[in-house]
Amino acid sequence: MKNRHLELIDVCKSFADARAVDGVNLAVEEGAYACILGPSGCGKSTLLRMIAGHESVTSGDIVLAGSNITSLSPSRRGTAMMFQDYALFPHLSVRDNVGFALRMRGQKEAERHRKADEMLERVQLGDYANRFPAQLSGGQQQRVALARAMITEPQVLLLDEPLSALDPFLRVQIRSELRQLQRDLGTTFVHVTHSQDEALALADQVVVMNGGEIQQSSTAFDVFNKPRSEFVARFIGGHNVITHDDKRVSIRADRMGISWPSRDGLMATVVDIEFQGATVLVKSQLNGDSDAVVVRLGDTQFFEHPLKVGEPVCLTWREEDAHALAA
Amino acid sequence: MHPSAVNRLSGLLVLPLVGILAVFLIVPVCLIVVVSFWDYNEWDFFPAFIFDNYAYILTSPVTWATYWRTVQYTVITWVFCTSIGFTVAYFLAFHVRSQTWQIALFLVCTIPFWTSNIIRMISWIPFLGRNGIANSVLRDAGLIEEPLEWLLFSDFAVVLAFVHLYTLFMVVPVFNTLMRIDRSVIEAARDAGASGWQTLVHVVLPLSKPGLMIGSIFIVTLVMGDFITVRFMSGGQSASVGRVIANEIALLQYPAAAANAVILLATVLLIVSVMLRYVDIRKEL
Repeated sequence: MKNRHLELIDVCKSFADARAVDGVNLAVEEGAYACILGPSGCGKSTLLRMIAGHESVTSGDIVLAGSNITSLSPSRRGTAMMFQDYALFPHLSVRDNVGFALRMRGQKEAERHRKADEMLERVQLGDYANRFPAQLSGGQQQRVALARAMITEPQVLLLDEPLSALDPFLRVQIRSELRQLQRDLGTTFVHVTHSQDEALALADQVVVMNGGEIQQSSTAFDVFNKPRSEFVARFIGGHNVITHDDKRVSIRADRMGISWPSRDGLMATVVDIEFQGATVLVKSQLNGDSDAVVVRLGDTQFFEHPLKVGEPVCLTWREEDAHALAA
Repeated sequence: MHPSAVNRLSGLLVLPLVGILAVFLIVPVCLIVVVSFWDYNEWDFFPAFIFDNYAYILTSPVTWATYWRTVQYTVITWVFCTSIGFTVAYFLAFHVRSQTWQIALFLVCTIPFWTSNIIRMISWIPFLGRNGIANSVLRDAGLIEEPLEWLLFSDFAVVLAFVHLYTLFMVVPVFNTLMRIDRSVIEAARDAGASGWQTLVHVVLPLSKPGLMIGSIFIVTLVMGDFITVRFMSGGQSASVGRVIANEIALLQYPAAAANAVILLATVLLIVSVMLRYVDIRKEL
């Protein structure tokens, strides 16, 4: 990696009775958008809060831009955090919310108002400076939270499930805004999420976590095409994990095909068909095996030879699409 | 059913409340207002419509001195109740992590309330008296030669008793508002570089205003209307508006007492309405 900006070295976190984060090693490049992805309870939020300084580190080191920040207070690390429920100050106007950090540093009112307004302009909320958080929609509150976190010009912005409180339509819109803003500012973003779509759409670097450990950390493309373990393949979605030639392999659902006369494939029975618009999902049960396999067919391809539930099929794939998984 | 019939029927549902308020609040207050215009002599009082009672009260320098003293008690008591009450509530809400301990310590705060007001006041007497525990301890420690005379039957004792009696009325509402503050807001303040003190001043205090205001209303109304604490703890040496009214009742001067009560009620309502102008407590209720 060309530039290790944020680096975690063997970071562990133990609570009274459990290990939430277990020996995490991770490096994030400067200006990268990193997504930490995992199911709930996998330790991803704890990890983020440790980077932010809101949770103490049991053992290990956190290095940012060459200096060890493991035990510094949150404001002295060069990080800023955007909270899941935004955590805006309900008694302060939008402008005062955004300028809060500057006020704490003792900046003059005129100066901090100017900077806050500038930041609000940047997130297209210039007209809302005098409103209070309760008077804003969820998307607007989210942008205020973002502006408030960015006002101190942090080296790393930490986002804790920033889109989870929004409705699905808004989520996609804010997601692209977030990406745009990150590109404009050039700040390193570390974003925690449990949504695969979000991680794949946003991230330069996807970090998949499970049980307090990193399962895989690579580009979004590699995580999707070369999942290292069965967990990653299943969690990232769109994959079938089957046993082939006594090895566990993952095959993308859209890289599998269905053929009828041919016998050189896996025999299965169709159990469900789900029409999704551009594609059709054919769910089938392997004969003599417990594994279920989902094949994603293009709609034209499917309607050339429509299938019915209960019909026997033969599943095929190209050898190079079968990706061997670590045991 | 016709909509207007439904409306009339649901209107009936508030009748019991209206009845209770009418019998126990509105009628008595109206009676007091009516009687305040009556006339009286040494042994009787009788219907009339005179302003003499008000004229006498408002022109008497004793009234103004008593009100001044009552307001002093109120302000000093408020200052102590608020600072102690907020500190206790803050400790309970933010420093006691486990809920079990929170409830346990909260109950400990209420233990003095298992006895009556009077008993709690009287129990100060052996402690503060001329040869009481406080004086003996101070004398044994060599801090004083002569017993401190101002400990008991003084304004000090009155305020001490008030603070002891009423601090809980501040602890409860403030604790309630503090518990409602989203903990991530505190974290956000810390993330923005606020020190503990700055978080307190810029985030916690503003957000606990409604609770502080409810507690303040309790304390103001309780202290302004008190007559027994002032009498016991000052040894009869200090006056308050409540005591004046109590005296007048003892002398059967009901119209004068009623006029005094109306003025006190108006004063307290005025203070409370001014307080409510600054804080919206509706969202707390």
